[in-house]
Formats: sequence, C-alpha cells, structure tokens
Amino acid sequence: MNFDFSEEQVMLRDSVARYVQDDYDWDTRRAIAATDQAMKAENWQTFAELGWLSVPFDEAHGGFGGGPVDVMVMMEEFGKGLVLEPYFATVILFGGLIQKGSNQTLKDNLIPSIIDGSCQGAYAYVERQSRFVMNDVTTTSVAQGSDRIINGEKVVVFNATNANYFVVSARSSGEQWSEEGLSLFLVPADAEGIELVSYRLMDGQVVANVRFNNVSVPATNALCEEGKAWPLMQAIAEDAILALSAEAVGVMGQLNAKTVEYTKTREQFGVKISVFQALQHRMVDTFMSYEQTKSLLYRAVCDVEADKPDRRESLLALKIMIDKAGKHIYSEAIQLHGGMGITDELDIGHYAKRLMMIGTTFGDSMHHMGEFRELRYAS
Amino acid sequence: MDTRFSEQDLAFREEVRAFFSAEYTQELQDRMKVKTTFKAAVVEWQKKLHAKGWIAPGWPVEYGGPGWSPTQRYIFDSERASAGVRDTVPFGLTMVGPVIYTFGTEEQKQRFLPRILASDDWWCQGYSEPGSGSDLAALKTKAERDGDDYIINGAKIWTTYAQYADWIFCLVRTSNEGKKQEGISFLLIDMTTPGVKVNPIVSIDNHHSLNEVEFNNVRVPVANLIGEENRGWHIAKSLLAHERTGIAGVADCKRAVSEIKRLASAEVNGGRRLIDDPGFQDRLANIDIELMALEYTELRVLASLSNGGAPGPESSMLKIKGTEMQQATQTLLMDLAAHYQGVLPTDLDPEVLGHSFGSQARQAFMYGRAATIYGGSNEVQKNIIAKAVLGL
Repeated sequence: MNFDFSEEQVMLRDSVARYVQDDYDWDTRRAIAATDQAMKAENWQTFAELGWLSVPFDEAHGGFGGGPVDVMVMMEEFGKGLVLEPYFATVILFGGLIQKGSNQTLKDNLIPSIIDGSCQGAYAYVERQSRFVMNDVTTTSVAQGSDRIINGEKVVVFNATNANYFVVSARSSGEQWSEEGLSLFLVPADAEGIELVSYRLMDGQVVANVRFNNVSVPATNALCEEGKAWPLMQAIAEDAILALSAEAVGVMGQLNAKTVEYTKTREQFGVKISVFQALQHRMVDTFMSYEQTKSLLYRAVCDVEADKPDRRESLLALKIMIDKAGKHIYSEAIQLHGGMGITDELDIGHYAKRLMMIGTTFGDSMHHMGEFRELRYAS
Repeated sequence: MDTRFSEQDLAFREEVRAFFSAEYTQELQDRMKVKTTFKAAVVEWQKKLHAKGWIAPGWPVEYGGPGWSPTQRYIFDSERASAGVRDTVPFGLTMVGPVIYTFGTEEQKQRFLPRILASDDWWCQGYSEPGSGSDLAALKTKAERDGDDYIINGAKIWTTYAQYADWIFCLVRTSNEGKKQEGISFLLIDMTTPGVKVNPIVSIDNHHSLNEVEFNNVRVPVANLIGEENRGWHIAKSLLAHERTGIAGVADCKRAVSEIKRLASAEVNGGRRLIDDPGFQDRLANIDIELMALEYTELRVLASLSNGGAPGPESSMLKIKGTEMQQATQTLLMDLAAHYQGVLPTDLDPEVLGHSFGSQARQAFMYGRAATIYGGSNEVQKNIIAKAVLGL
C-alpha cells in the first residue's frame, strides 16, 4: 500500500501548478470569465501543447494512457486556480464518452482532434424534469432508414456554445425512466434543427439549453450499441465524479489556505484576529473537513483504479462528502473574511460558487445518500 | 498510489484470522469479563501474542517488533477488531516502551523492554494531577535529589489500571527555574515502593478503572530517570503523539457500526425494523462515511510513518475525529437500546430481562465521555493543530 505519486504524475501536477501560478492570476481569470466564451482559445492551445489534453486517452490514439490518479492530480491544480477552460466538459465528459464507447470510427476521427485542441465537445444529458436521474430521458430517437431523428431538449449543457459536437442521450425505446432503450449519439453542433439558448452560471461557466428539433444523424453516429448506452452513461458519471471531486479538493485547499492567511494579516481590537481561539478552532475544523475529503478522494480513486467490489460505495461517499465538507468550508471562509468575504471583488466568493456548482453536478448529497443507504443497509 | 493487497498480504490476513479464531477463546473472554480474573486473563492473552511475535506492531525489529508494512499493520488491526479481540493494554506497549527504546540507556532497554513485551510488568501512566489536566506542564509532583535517589512527593490522577500496575511512568518536577516546561523529568517508579498509595475512583459508568496515586516521600533511584534531568517535556510530547495515533480506534469503530447494523435489524418500532427507518439510516450513513474517510486518513498517516516520519500534529486530528466517531456510535447504540439504555450490570438473563445490550450500551456511552478528554482534551488538540499545522 502506498499513496505516492509516480514521477510522471509529479511532473504532470507540477506543470499544471506552474501554469496556474505563472499564467492564471486572479485578474487574468476575471477577464476570461467576462468573455462570451468563458474561455481563451490561446490557453486551450497551450493545454494541447503541454500534452494535458491527451492525458486520459489511450496510446493507440495518441493519448498519454493516464488513469484516474493522473486526472486527479491535474484537476486538483485546475481547482486551485479556478481554471475556466472546459477540460471537464471536453476531455473528461465528451472525450471520455468517445473513448469508452465502442464506435471505432468515431474514436479514430475525434480523439486526435481533441488531443490537438481543435475539437471542443459537450455532453447533453440533463433534462428539465430529470434532476439527477440520468435515465429519466424523454428525448427520443426514431429510426428513419439508416438515419436517426432526434427530438427533445437538454438543459444546463456545459460548454455548449463552444462545442463542435454534442453527445446527446436519447431514448430509442422503453418507458421514461427505463435503463433499457437508451442511446448516445454524436451530433455536430451545426446540424440542422439545433437551437441554443445560452446563459451564464455563477461560477463563470457559459451553458445552454439545447433543443433538438427533428435533428437527423446517421445511425453510425451511435457511440455504442443503440438502446444499450446505460452502462456507458454510468461509467462516465463515475469518471465525472472523480474528476470534479479532485477539482473540489483543490478549491477547498485554497479556501482554507487563503482564510488562514487572511486572519494572520487582519487586525481588530489591536491584534491579528488569528490569535482568537474561537477562530482558530473553526479553522482547525475546516482543515479536518478538507483532510477527510481528501482521504475519501484517495479511497475512491484507488478503489476505481483497482475495480474493488465496494467502489460504488466509495464514490457515493466521496460525492456526499464533497457537498457536505464543501458547504462547511466555503461558509467558514466567507464568515472569517468578514465583510470582505461577501464582496464580488475578493476571490473567496468565486471559490465558494465553484464548490457549490460542483456540489450539485452529477448528483448532490441528498441524491447519493439514497443510493448509499440502499447499498449499505437494505436487506 | 495503490491500496490493493498483494498475495502475501492476503496470506497474512488468513494467518491472522486463523490465529484469532483459534487462540482468543470464549473461555478466555469470559475470564476477562470478571473483575477477579481480568488481569490474569489479559496477561495470558498478551503472552500468546508475544509468543507469536505480534505483541508490538509499532516497535522497530531490533527491539522486538514484527517489521510489518503499513498494510500488514492495517490488516492486523482490522482483523483484530472485526473478530472482537480486545486491544492490548497500551501503557507499556505503546506508551512507555517507545519512550524507553528511543530515549533510554542500553541498561534501561535491557531491563525493561523484554518484560514489557512479555507482559511481565503491568504499567500505568502518571501524567495528569489534581491541579494540572489540560495544562499538563503545570504539574507539581516534586522530585528532590538525595544522593543516588529522588524523593517524590505529590499525586497523580485519572490513572487507569493503577490498581493492577507494577510500574508507573511519571512526569515529575525537578526544577522550578525558567519556563514551566523546562523543569520536568521523566521517571519510572516501582509501585511497590513504600509511600505509594492507590485510591480508587469510581467513574460515571459505575466501574472502577481510574485511580488517584499518592506519593509520600517515595524513594526512587536516579537510575530510573529516562533521558536527562529537566528534559522530560519533549519526551512527554513524543509519547503523546504515539498515544493519540493509538486512540483513533478506527477499526474498533467499524466493528461497533457493524454491531449496530446487526442490532438495528432486530429492534422494531411500530412494526418497522430500525435498520429500515430512513432517519436511522441517515444517522448511520453519516457515521459510516466519516469512518470510511478516517480509515484512509489513518492509512495516510501510517504510510507517511513508514516513509520515515514520526507521528506529529496529524495524530491530533486522528485523536479528535476518532473520538468523535466513537462517541457518535455510542450515542446511536444508546438510542437503539431505548428504554433499556439505563440498565446497570445485572446477573439477569437477557431472556428474563427482555433485552440483551442495554447495560453494554450504557457502559460504553458513559465511559466513552472520557475519550474526548483524555490524551489531551480535543480542545487542546485543536490548539496543537492551529499552532503546528496552520501556523496560527
């Protein structure tokens, strides 16, 4: 048993950390967040040149062949800098779906262009009514010869306005909540019948509700066998939870560190407020929340990598803790920064908002607690 | 990063399981439950562990440790707890033992370590005093030099198992000069020395495990001093870090949770089993998840220790979270026991009484209050983390 990173993982982590430190300061980040794209194309090319976009892809397609630990060390550093570029949407979700699907042609065509930075993608899987249940799908796919006609609406689609392609979940057969009959299709963003309504989220992301009105794609655009996409949707949700959780741990670490630093400089009643025991103990509590979350991250990553029998429980526990510890840590960070903590100017609020968004992406604690209890306590 | 068990690890796990199941007999456990046979039964069990070479998992090989990897230590402790096997008495094996092999002279090591390993000496800990609890360095028990001896006067309190002990390790004041931490020495005292008196303290769980130990002109050879005179404080701190790592008790807490699951499957309220009650499940799940995290926090600490680190401030976190989780499970067990949570020890058969675990829940809960107080109260641990980790 060991918790050491390999030499390659240390290099990867340091390369992202250096970038965030040198090229992604707070003013730069603010400026990017104010653009319509909520990303900078030039930065994305740098990510490609540094090899980051290749990390989770297999070597046959020019990838680095990395696993969950490699993704984790990168995402944690992205979290520290609140990096806006859509690594999660394009590489983890969109790229991950293509990579883990069974459509060889799509892999050959798309993965190299994701790696070289020329292709952006988005995963359209949430519907108005679906909340966190990914198999609650009313978007339909109907066969018309060798084509498939897609109708329906997806909401809060990350990176939708930048994407060259969508992967959309659609129902080929079965009832609204059935895990059977689900399909995943690749749809070019410029396909006829696509309507985007874009808006901004509090963490700086630009997302969109995407309508598919009689959008026609060839059946060969299916990522895996039609009607059998549920296992792939579940697999990508697991990768998503691990990646987001790693990012959240990075955010939490920054919130704690910034809060400790602030109390060492802020003076009230003629002393640095860090000398007050009431505040010290609260910062110790958030430190422990952070360490406990990090432990669950390591646990889930190791269990998934080794495909252990209770990997699912570890993942659920992790995402539940991300929500719970996240709320604890950002609330205390804001409180201990006093009035400054509630300004838009200070970065604290922005770190808090990113944690809040991660808390609800791919399931909040209420949602996952139900499944956790079922797995652990049902007879 | 990898937490998989190797083939050797799995074989080791089988060996540990087989050993516990063969050697930790029901007959031995029954004797541990009776006051008059408790000590002899515990010593007998520890001698079995010693004969197997497994008595001191944390000790270096040169002093008699088994040379286990962190994984093996984890496996051993998990199997021990899940088999319901009591942990060894810590005062000799995890407290004074490491102090003696780290700070003692060659003669002291040869004199004390083999007898600690063999459980020939029963040790207790003389740290707290009636006037110094959390503020340990304010201790007043005085040691005055008289030729080759010290003359000890004062009192120690909360001394667990002093009634069984052959030896006590004490922090004593050898100087009043300078800062209060600077005049403290670490001394080993034979409990049979004239002037040592043990006064029992019955605790909130109605048991007697705690004591006050009085010292009236007790003569102790200078040869029993560990390290230098007036340099006992840093020895005490290193011991406390070892002690705190030990009291996280994650494996035992996991065992308590599985016991709660079993009992909650039998307890019924309004026709519904407690284990099927969403509110109950929620409380259990919150404990379960914190424990899953704490298990890995402990593994991370163990792994860093095996890379050559010494237990430091992170042991304070293990102590805080571990004892909080212990109390959370004890509270849940009490709630599970409902009307029977107040039952005092009784010879009544559970069939006659109508319940099987009320008294056990009460005792665990009541004595469990001590866990967030001993080993340095949890508030003191937070002060340590604030200073040593956060730099506040």
